[in-house]
Amino acid sequence: MKIKKILPQILTLLFIVLVFGFFTMNAQENMGARGLEFGFGFLKTQASFDIQFSLIDYDGSHTYARAYLVGLLNTLLVAFIGIIFATLLGAIVGVARLSPNYLIRKTASFYIEFFRNIPLLLQIFFWYFAALRALPMLEDAPMLLNSSFMTIKGLYTPAAIWTNFDIFLTSIIIAMIIIFFFARYAKKKQEQEGKRLPVLIISLAIFITLPLLTFLIGGVDLSWSFPVIRQMSQTSYTFDGGLKIPPELIALTLALTLYTATFIAENVRAGIQGIGKGQKEAAASIGLTPSQVLKLVIMPQALRIIIPPTTNQYLNLTKNSSLAAAIAYPDLVLVFAGTAMMQTGRAIEIVGITMATYLTISLGISLLMNWYNKRIAIQEK
Amino acid sequence: MFKYVKQLTSLVAMVAVLFTFTTETMAAKKSKTLKNTMKKGFVRCGVSQGLPGFSNADAAGNWTGVDVDVCRAVAAAVLGDANKVKFTPLSAKERFTALTSGEIDILSRNTTWTLSRDADLGVTFVGVNFYDGQGFMVRKDSGITSTSQFKNGISACTNIGTTTELNMRDFFNSKGISYEPVAFEKADEVVAAYDSGRCDTYTTDKSGLAAQRTKMTNPDDHLVLPETISKEPLGPVVRQGDAVWEDIVRWSLNVMIEAEEYGISSSNADMMKTSENPAVKRLVGTEGELGSYLGLDQDWSLRIIKQVGNYGESYKRNIADTGILPDRGPNNIWTQGGLLYTPPAR
Repeated sequence: MKIKKILPQILTLLFIVLVFGFFTMNAQENMGARGLEFGFGFLKTQASFDIQFSLIDYDGSHTYARAYLVGLLNTLLVAFIGIIFATLLGAIVGVARLSPNYLIRKTASFYIEFFRNIPLLLQIFFWYFAALRALPMLEDAPMLLNSSFMTIKGLYTPAAIWTNFDIFLTSIIIAMIIIFFFARYAKKKQEQEGKRLPVLIISLAIFITLPLLTFLIGGVDLSWSFPVIRQMSQTSYTFDGGLKIPPELIALTLALTLYTATFIAENVRAGIQGIGKGQKEAAASIGLTPSQVLKLVIMPQALRIIIPPTTNQYLNLTKNSSLAAAIAYPDLVLVFAGTAMMQTGRAIEIVGITMATYLTISLGISLLMNWYNKRIAIQEK
Repeated sequence: MFKYVKQLTSLVAMVAVLFTFTTETMAAKKSKTLKNTMKKGFVRCGVSQGLPGFSNADAAGNWTGVDVDVCRAVAAAVLGDANKVKFTPLSAKERFTALTSGEIDILSRNTTWTLSRDADLGVTFVGVNFYDGQGFMVRKDSGITSTSQFKNGISACTNIGTTTELNMRDFFNSKGISYEPVAFEKADEVVAAYDSGRCDTYTTDKSGLAAQRTKMTNPDDHLVLPETISKEPLGPVVRQGDAVWEDIVRWSLNVMIEAEEYGISSSNADMMKTSENPAVKRLVGTEGELGSYLGLDQDWSLRIIKQVGNYGESYKRNIADTGILPDRGPNNIWTQGGLLYTPPAR
C-alpha cells in the first residue's frame, strides 16, 4: 500500500533527474567539444559598453555584474510604473464599464475591445514611432508647466537636487509608521467606544508636518536644476541640466499600461458584478451612503474576485516588459541577454541567469499578492 | 616464381587502388560537416536579416550579396551547384549560437574578426572578404562634416550585440565627449529612429551606413562622415574543431580572390584552361590535384569561378553596381593597391 503511494513519486523524480542530467551532460559535452567553458567568471570583467539610461551610477568601465543590475533595475522600474498606472486606469475603466451613463459605458468598452485585441509589440512600435514622428524637435518644443519640455529626444523636466536626502527619507518612513499605529489605535477605539477619530486629517497632518520639520531643523534642502537648451550644430540641440526621461521608457510604459489596463478593467467589472444585487440593497436599506456601500460592502467582497486574476496581469506586464528590446529601452533582456551575451558569448550562463531573474521577480509578485489576497479574504467564523 | 610476381603485382595494384580511394575520401571521412553537407545536399549558411550588398533577399526570396557569394562558392565547390544553399537570416545576437549549436555550418554575416571572438566563442574565422571600418552618418543640414564637430550630449543610434557599441565608447571616451547611446535590436528600427530625428548620428560599419542610407526617406539628406574609427575586417566563420571544413571554406574564398588576381572570370574560365601560367592552370583544374587535399574533385575551383565568379565580379555585382560603395578602396586586389592578398593556391 505504502509502496503504491510512493512508487509513482519516485519514478517521477527519477524521470526529472534523468532528463535534467541528460540535458546537462549533453550541453557539457557539446561545449567541451567546441572549447567552451561553463562559468560565471565573466561577470567580474569589464563590460566596455555604455547604457543609455541607468538608475545607478554606471559606465563602460564597470563590470558585467553591474550592467546586469542596471538592466534589472530598468526592468523593475518599467514594471513598477506600469503596474501602478495599469491598476489605476483599470479600476477607473472597470467601474466606467458599469456606469449608467451610456457614453461613458460605451467609451470604456470600446477602449477595452480596441487595446486588448492588438498585439502588444505592435502597440509598442506604434507608441514609439508614432510618438517620435509626432513630437517636436528640441528647438521647437513648447515649455510645459513653465519648466519641462516634451521632445523627440525625451521628456526634460527639472531635477531635484537634495541635501541630506537621507534625513528627509527617514522622516517619511517614521511618519508612515506613526500613521500605521495611529490608524490601528483609531480603529480599536471605534470598535470599543464607538468614537470616530478624524483619521484622515490627522494622518495627513503627520505626513506633512514631519518631513516639513526636517527642512526647518534637520538641515534638509531642496533646489531645482532646470533644463537649458544648447545648440550642438546647425540643426541639432540638446538640453543641459534637468532630468531626462527617454522616449523609449515613456512609449514602453504607455503601451504596457494601456494594454494591461484593459484586462484589469475586465477583472474589476467582473468583481463588482460578482457581488449580488441584494448586498447593495441591504446595505442601502440600513442607511449607508452610496460611497459607504461601495467602500464597506461591495469592494471588500469584490476584491476577493479581482485580486487573483489581476495578479496574473501584473506578472504578464512584468514579463511583457522584455519587449523593450525592440525599441531600445535598456531593460534586462536588451542589456544583459542582448549586448552582454553577444560580447561574452556566454549564452547558456546568461540565459540561465535571465530566466532565474524573471522567475524570481514573478514569484516575488505572486507571493506579495497571495499575502494580500489572504489578508482580504473573508475570515470564516 | 613468376606466378608469385603476378600475384604480387595484382596485390600491389589492389592496394594502390584501395589507397587512392581512401586518400580521396580521407578528408571527407575526417570532416563531419563535409559528410553531413554532402548527405543533405545543401550548404547551411547563416546570413544577415537584410543588408544590401552583403546579404539581402529580394521579393522572390533570392539571396544576393558578397557574403552570400561565399556560401555559394562553397556550395559550388562541395556540391557542384552554387544554388544548393539554405540561407538562415540571423540577428547579431543569435549568430554565434546558431553556428556553435550546429544549426548552420558557415556564418557569413558581415562579422568582425576579433581576438576574443576567435579565441573565446568556439568558432574560427577563416579569412576576410570585406575590409570595413566604423563610421558615422549625420543629417546634411546639421552642417557637420567631421567627427571633430561632435559636441557633448550627442545621441547616437546603433545596433546592440556588435563591436559597434564598444568602438563607439572608445571613440567618445578618447575625445572626452559625453554621448547618449540608443541601441536597438534590429537594424530597421535603428534606421527608423535615426530617420525620425531621435538621434543626431547613426553609427555602424561604413559599408552598412552606405547600404542603410539607401533605405532612408530621403537618402540625399544624409552624409557619411569621412573618419573611420575602427578596423572591421569582416569574414566568414566556421565552428571550431573541423579543420577540413575550415580549409574548404577558407580556400573557396581564396579561390575567388586569387582568380581575380590572375584575371580569371566566370566568362573566360574555360578559355583559361589553355593558359601557360601554372598558377592559372591550378585554379582551373588543369594542373595539380589541389581538390583532393580538401576531399573534393579536380574541378572544384573551376566551378566556383564559373558559377559565382571571382571576387571582383561579386563586388561589382553586389556593392559597386548597386551604388553602395562604387569605390573599392581597401577591398581591391593587392596588385591594384588594395588589401586583398591571399596565400597561393598550390
